[in-house]
Amino acid sequence: MSADDVRRAITRIAHEILERQQGPAQLAIVGLQRGGAWLAEAIIDALHQIEPNGAVPLGYLDVSMHRDDIGLRPVVPGAISRIDFPVDGATVVLVDDVLYTGRTVRAAMEGINTYGRPRSIQLAVLVDRGHRELPIRPDYVGKNLPTHLADDVRATRDGVVVSRGAAS
Amino acid sequence: MKHLRSIEELGHDGLVRLLELTNHMVEVNSRPVPKVPALRGRTVVSLFFEDSTRTRLSFETAAKRLSADTMTFSVSTSSVNKGESLRDTVETITDMGVDAFVVRHKSTGIPWQISDWTDASVVNAGDGWHQHPTQALVDCFTVRQALGCERFDGLTLTIVGDIKHSRVARSNISAFSMLGAKVILVAPPTLLPPDVSHWPVEVSHRLDDVLAHTDILYMLRLQSERMSQGHVPNLREYAETFGLDAARVGKLPSRAVLMHPGPMNRGVEMMVDPSTLPNSLIHQQVSNGVSVRMAVLFDLLAGESSTSHLSQVAS
Repeated sequence: MSADDVRRAITRIAHEILERQQGPAQLAIVGLQRGGAWLAEAIIDALHQIEPNGAVPLGYLDVSMHRDDIGLRPVVPGAISRIDFPVDGATVVLVDDVLYTGRTVRAAMEGINTYGRPRSIQLAVLVDRGHRELPIRPDYVGKNLPTHLADDVRATRDGVVVSRGAAS
Repeated sequence: MKHLRSIEELGHDGLVRLLELTNHMVEVNSRPVPKVPALRGRTVVSLFFEDSTRTRLSFETAAKRLSADTMTFSVSTSSVNKGESLRDTVETITDMGVDAFVVRHKSTGIPWQISDWTDASVVNAGDGWHQHPTQALVDCFTVRQALGCERFDGLTLTIVGDIKHSRVARSNISAFSMLGAKVILVAPPTLLPPDVSHWPVEVSHRLDDVLAHTDILYMLRLQSERMSQGHVPNLREYAETFGLDAARVGKLPSRAVLMHPGPMNRGVEMMVDPSTLPNSLIHQQVSNGVSVRMAVLFDLLAGESSTSHLSQVAS
């Protein structure tokens, strides 16, 4: 995906979120640290372009304390959770750059519940690369991108790059 | 990191890592449900051979907020009274399957000794006059938070009181100088170690001389038994010379902050009510205690044993 493809995908995801929710009321966007943070900010910008009068709260969630493979990945300094709006009753859209095994999303759903009880939790990702290990399905997808397990997928504002790993 | 026994052993990079990790824990503690499953299945035992309120309770709270199981060993109701040795006690508890010992003991070096007898991690919660590393982490974190700076270059920490018998002073001297602070010790000669020339400190015997250059004023508790041992003539004279009263508060720069590790001797080293001083960080020192100890336990215990069989890290 090029930078333009990414921009268009983000705009489409923002439209889909508003269409499904019938407007920005009770909506909240939560980016998963760190890969989801920039995407959540971009989605907030796109939502504001479409609905200038409805401010949608933005939060960040660091799931490292909720992972099932805890300690295998270092905790990133500075990538701290910040959710300073009431979660109870809100529709929370979790945002991440790449959806892979689904374990991060599972940890994030558990993490959100330590802030309150949302009315619903949805999931928006820029890239779905497959290989799920848990029964998790995204609500909003930028692009489905079939990959090998060994591939490395990098998603930024400037585009999505898949580096082919050694074939296994 | 396997053990946390002294600030020197932790080193500068470890100190900074734990302070950064504490930011994550402060956020966890601010949530409506301040509990995360990070250390599920781990067991932390607190082994306190000396009295403690805040250190023991904050370690146990920290373990529980990370979902670890906790065991409390209290000397007065244990088989130590039947003559069980420290080694047998440690080996017995190890056999029950614990992941970390949090140890406080009146003798220097006990945490090192215990780590020879067990595979579990050992956290020093105070050994004699020697070290109290988590208190130093709490104090560094509290100053970083209050002053909004990551390093302490250009800041002067003045520690006042019974330096000789203070593990808090020893750990803080190391930790604050690692982060760039200048350290001044203020005490009567009887309450200083015989030789401090190898410490990165300056020494003064007159509190009034150094107040104007102090950014962080750290008052230590004067333990009352020191008087009977002849270290100070009487409490009143000590209070006159080294206690913090309103006149001395007035000599501090307006930005200077006040700290005390507790428990406080009101009317001895503290002749003012610190709650009336806007720059007192004493309450923050206590409330940050839980977050700092969560960071320590997480750093020691996350990623060991129960998940180490995982061969591949999934994204």
